[in-house]
Amino acid sequence: MKFGIVVFPGSNCDRDVAYVTQELLNCPTRMVWHEQTDISDLDVVVLPGGFSYGDYLRCGAIAQFSPIMSHVIAHAKQGKFVLGICNGFQVLTETGLLPGALVRNRDLHFICDRVPLKIERTDIPWTSAYATGDMITLPVAHGEGRYYAHTDTLKALEDGNQIVFRYANSSGEIDETSNPNGSVNNIAGICDRTGKILGMMPHPERASDPLLGSVDGIKLFHGLLAFMNQQRLQPV
Amino acid sequence: MNHQYKARIYVTLRPSVLDPAGVAVESGIGQLGIANVKQVRIGKYIELMLTAADENQASDQLDRICDQLLANPVIENYRFELDEVQVQLGVST
Repeated sequence: MKFGIVVFPGSNCDRDVAYVTQELLNCPTRMVWHEQTDISDLDVVVLPGGFSYGDYLRCGAIAQFSPIMSHVIAHAKQGKFVLGICNGFQVLTETGLLPGALVRNRDLHFICDRVPLKIERTDIPWTSAYATGDMITLPVAHGEGRYYAHTDTLKALEDGNQIVFRYANSSGEIDETSNPNGSVNNIAGICDRTGKILGMMPHPERASDPLLGSVDGIKLFHGLLAFMNQQRLQPV
Repeated sequence: MNHQYKARIYVTLRPSVLDPAGVAVESGIGQLGIANVKQVRIGKYIELMLTAADENQASDQLDRICDQLLANPVIENYRFELDEVQVQLGVST
């Protein structure tokens, strides 16, 4: 199981993700500069957090035309795994790999905090190490993280069970008061129809090493690894 | 390809998208003591020069630039104005 972490000019969470996949999970990992074009050796592509191209024009807007991105799209179309965290999620929506858009937070604040999240589905590899309805706490750090989609897109997402994480309060209630940035339907993370492309504003890589006080995020990677190992063991 | 155009592009948030920055500016205007202003919406203004065979070609290209990069159709609308600019004597294009 090989990870590749795309580095755009302005990415700044790339090494945090590499630390998790390489040091904590012992998985082969390489950094992929945005001008590279061969990623056929990778099983999982991670688009990390940061400020690609200075967030100029719109967050993720210019990164979508980096040379690497057409190869990330091809990687995704082959049914391989893609994870976009924070700015990476913004890049995924800008490229159209995931629907909707991420716009300025409702209250204009840059939010840097730990927020409770409800896990809405666990039947995809990414969240298979959690239990449905589990409450976890992950760090968020964004100024433009308010998920927005047209009513019909939103309905399709809900009907297709594509909401993976929602902002909730610590007792699991989902309402306006537990919504830090004004995202529609409290959406914090979504997946595509196949469940292989995941985009999320919270940072699982910042809650993976016990030294940092929380390991709620590493289960995301554990679930994926367990799924891949199971696949490998299955008789052909 | 010997006509040069100047494009003025306006990108605005779709009416259905909340604009918290506009709301903040509106309250700033209120702080100025001006009470008769409402519905402040903040957008982007972009200028660029473009060389094309004719206005149709320039306009088609601008649509593509706006659709794919300058505006995100999920949250934004755009419109542009296009003016031909006379090329200066002695300057080859």
